[in-house]
Amino acid sequence: MTNPDLQGLHHQYLKGLKREKRLVRFFQVLIFTSFFVLWEFASRLHWIDPLIFSSPSKVWNLFIQKSVDGSLAANIGITVTETILGFLAGTLLGTLLAAVLWWSPLLSKILDPFLVILNAMPKVALGPILIVAIGANMTSIVAMGTLVSVIITTIVVYTSFKEVDPNYLKVLYVFGATRSVCFKQAILPASFPTIISTLKVNVGLAWVGVIVGEFLTSARGLGYMIIYGFQVFDFTLVFLSLLVIAIFATLMYQLVELLERKLIKND
Amino acid sequence: MDFLTIKNVHHTYFTKSSMTTALSDITLDVNEGEFISFLGPSGCGKTTLLSIIAGLIEPTSGTVQLENKTVKTSKNDIGYMLQQDYLFPWKTIEENILLGLKINGSLTSTTRDYSLQLLEKMGLAHVIHSSPKELSGGMRQRVALVRTLATEPKLLMLDEPFSALDFQTKLKLEDLVSTTLKNFNKTAILVTHDIGEAIAMSDRIILFSPSPGRIHKTFVIPNELKSLTPFHARNHPQYTELFQKIWKELESLDES
Ligand SMILES: Nc1ncnc2c1ncn2[C@@H]1O[C@H](COP(=O)(O)OP(=O)(O)O)[C@@H](O)[C@H]1O
Ligand SMILES: [Mg+2]
Repeated sequence: MTNPDLQGLHHQYLKGLKREKRLVRFFQVLIFTSFFVLWEFASRLHWIDPLIFSSPSKVWNLFIQKSVDGSLAANIGITVTETILGFLAGTLLGTLLAAVLWWSPLLSKILDPFLVILNAMPKVALGPILIVAIGANMTSIVAMGTLVSVIITTIVVYTSFKEVDPNYLKVLYVFGATRSVCFKQAILPASFPTIISTLKVNVGLAWVGVIVGEFLTSARGLGYMIIYGFQVFDFTLVFLSLLVIAIFATLMYQLVELLERKLIKND
Repeated sequence: MDFLTIKNVHHTYFTKSSMTTALSDITLDVNEGEFISFLGPSGCGKTTLLSIIAGLIEPTSGTVQLENKTVKTSKNDIGYMLQQDYLFPWKTIEENILLGLKINGSLTSTTRDYSLQLLEKMGLAHVIHSSPKELSGGMRQRVALVRTLATEPKLLMLDEPFSALDFQTKLKLEDLVSTTLKNFNKTAILVTHDIGEAIAMSDRIILFSPSPGRIHKTFVIPNELKSLTPFHARNHPQYTELFQKIWKELESLDES
């Protein structure tokens, strides 16, 4: 019996992988471009109402115009800032609340039904109240972004705190550790991966809160651009905002994912 | 004067649906430098008794004193090694072995050097900057032992420390632990369900019977065996004799 040509087989295997990858890429690009081409033609040939559905070329022209006068960059800056502040605050506050609940088992029992109600509640419905209470400004929009994510973060992180193997605490207690030492040495570091993964979920949630907040305050930002375009029947503006949101939301999500991979690998 | 005195300890666990009496009327004295084994089927309260001695749980009734002080106040004098190593995976080996010293506030350059020497004695100096997940089960258990010994406890408790290891590693570790503890003249309590391990390592074996856990019988190990390392003790004729005796005793527990 002859030895199989392993080198050759491996080479073939790699080639197969490459071919599949090329195929996947090809179809992805095809879908992406045909979507825009089809959109453009459908609009020009009046298969769809160009007043409502606009067209890629009109969106592109508007993009150039808004980029030149600087208004697009300003609005993007505002929305992105609000979103980042919102999801950071939501994650931090949620973790803090989870720590308080872990600290006092009695308090966590008392607060349990309220957490369930708050979690079930669609948070954006509180928007008008928030704006009346805080004012129609950036703070209330960031608060919206925070509010959407804070309760679910609290619940998820608290669950992770509780699931830490009690034997780690046993090790620490034998050394004479206090409860706060246990939190710092075992509970928090053991839950670190969970906290990072809520960060990823919270990016998406914060976008929801912030866009709705901007709808309501109608002053600045990408959410405002959408609602304004809607009111003056300028749907090119609406589509421009939507595309920009899609790009920035994806970028932010990818960044957090990158951060997650870095942090989890390090420990 | 006795080193460790356990007097009329009784412990019952209460849960919503049940009451489990884990320990009933335990009275036991341990001398300084003595090596004791707790032997018995699982569920007879051995871990519970260790937790009580460590001051982690308060017994339903009865007292435990270490050098005439209640164990609650002498926490730093007791070291407790669990069934698994429970090394903190996000800490390096160095951070793990210095954890106890850091927590009880006695981390100085002297105590630090002492811990590093211990690690070296266990043949692990080279892994000091590694992470626990890069180590084998036997190495991890040795690191856990260093972590426990680093705070220089007067009483050391080991809860089935070798049960998760393969046989060869286990025999080697038995010798290592036994000689290390003898050299430091440490008092130790070993929980095990391995008759051979109990005979090979201890000065005295306390046999527990289940439901509720109580002391069934005490076996004193003859001097001939005590002077040998665990590995050599296993080859001594007296070892086999004692093994049979304890085996029969355990069988009789099963029947009743
Ligand atoms: N936290 C607990 N709550 C209720 N029952 C327990 C608890 N811990 C142990 N027990 C019960 O107490 C008995 C003794 O357990 P344990 O001390 O772990 O025995 P061993 O270590 O000898 O196997 C068992 O019946 C066990 O189910
Ligand atoms: Mg046990």
